[in-house]
Amino acid sequence: MNASSTARMHRQPDISHANGPSGVTRLLPPAGTARWTDHQRHYGPVLPASASSLVDIVRSSGLRGRGGAGFPTATKIAAVAAAAGRLRRAIVIANCCEGDPTAKKDRVLIGRAPHLVIDGALVAAAAVGADRVMLAVHQGSRAGTILREALAERGAGAAAVSVVQVPNRFVASEASALVRFVSTGDARPLGRLAPVWESGVDGRPTLVDNAETLAQLALIARFGDHWFRSVGDQEEPGTALVTIGGAVPRPGVVEIATGTPIRTIMASAGAPTTGWALIGGLAGRWVDLAAVAQTRFTTAHLASAQAVRGVGSIIVLPPRSCILTETARMLGYLADSSARQCGPCMFGLPAIAADMASLASGDRMALTRLRRRLPTVDKRGACAHPDGAVALAASALNVLNGPESGHLQQHLAHHGCRATAPVVPLGVVDSTRHASR
Amino acid sequence: MSAGTDNAVALTVDPIACRAHGLCADELPEAIGLDEWGYPFLSTGSIPRKMLRRAKSAAAACPVLALRLTHTRG
Ligand code: SF4
Ligand code: SF4
Repeated sequence: MNASSTARMHRQPDISHANGPSGVTRLLPPAGTARWTDHQRHYGPVLPASASSLVDIVRSSGLRGRGGAGFPTATKIAAVAAAAGRLRRAIVIANCCEGDPTAKKDRVLIGRAPHLVIDGALVAAAAVGADRVMLAVHQGSRAGTILREALAERGAGAAAVSVVQVPNRFVASEASALVRFVSTGDARPLGRLAPVWESGVDGRPTLVDNAETLAQLALIARFGDHWFRSVGDQEEPGTALVTIGGAVPRPGVVEIATGTPIRTIMASAGAPTTGWALIGGLAGRWVDLAAVAQTRFTTAHLASAQAVRGVGSIIVLPPRSCILTETARMLGYLADSSARQCGPCMFGLPAIAADMASLASGDRMALTRLRRRLPTVDKRGACAHPDGAVALAASALNVLNGPESGHLQQHLAHHGCRATAPVVPLGVVDSTRHASR
Repeated sequence: MSAGTDNAVALTVDPIACRAHGLCADELPEAIGLDEWGYPFLSTGSIPRKMLRRAKSAAAACPVLALRLTHTRG
């Protein structure tokens, strides 16, 4: 990279501030921009930039990962770039799987702006010096078809990019599971002992970023850090995609400025800010919407309201619903989704799922067992899968021992309740897992 | 790095490799407990000097090399 183009990169925020999309409609462009030619017309080109200037601009943008962990993107890019070298080129994996069944934001994004995700993956590749980019999708998913067609439209410009289909399982889209699947065909997490940014696919430094994160990166590379920060919360700037589902008049995916109050987000789905909701996904928390109406939608603000941003989904329960039954069902799904490698996950998750189901059918002792077991399962697997299940169960117990204690008493007295059917969407557990193939 | 932490070691278990043989807990019951399914619970923090020898035998006792002594930074 020569000096003049580096200078252009640094000047770019000022020029592009006027050119970048205004308002909060950044990632979800008007329908009819999904094609490559329309995409280029709508967003303009990504100008080439040096790896170091890309890292700088991402760092000052304040972008954080949108897949769940919320880690600063620049830190991750810098770690991969530092581990890579001329003889050990880095690899980029765009996680387009959206493993959490409560979230739809990545598939909506890929449907609306597939080229933005590909642009972002290419920008990430330039930033870490990668020579290969893989777009990881679930087997047979529409996202896979869309991305393959998008790559075909780009022709030679996307020669380094390929689509990889991973098994349609929750845990298969965990970062180290993606790396292991691409290297060996086994889609189970590798464990915390092997950080993928040092040694990922085929032992090469590997950057795994979520589809939304990469789409944001594609815009930051075009319009600059000042533009990115011109919207949203100061600490966690930009826009974010939020999935709203369950008992709301207009379920769907909305793009919001980070820091938007939950009341405003609910209004966009035509819903009042009352009742119980699951925020953050299957590893999320139960919250009383009225109590968090003013809470601003950022990782930090949600955490201080006993919620969690997670995958950015809000699933609203209908009025006569039951958190206990919903949770028992979700825990059953999470137990079935365990990759069954680590004892505390393989045995602990079915145990706490069974406890929650027993509690729902009136077994008082199940409460004692849960209190004893939850801490023995927490943080004892090779990935965060059991931790999420424990946090969900603990959140349900908090509600059932607090504001919904009357409802818990009803379960204990009548061995159940008369709630409406569960609404939290669960994926299909892959029943062919143990079949030979 | 501050003084006096150069030799701090802690026990870690690789949860994927561990097969719940429980041999490690026999060697060092003060620092290794077993959960209801037989998988080890490790006391957090660094191993006191006087336990170091037996911590090494605990790691050596693990038939699948799932238990390791790792150096920590205090
Ligand atoms: S914690 Fe569970 S899901 Fe994660 S690697 Fe271990 S067995 Fe698999
Ligand atoms: S001896 Fe090894 S395999 Fe057995 S419980 Fe201890 S760490 Fe696990």
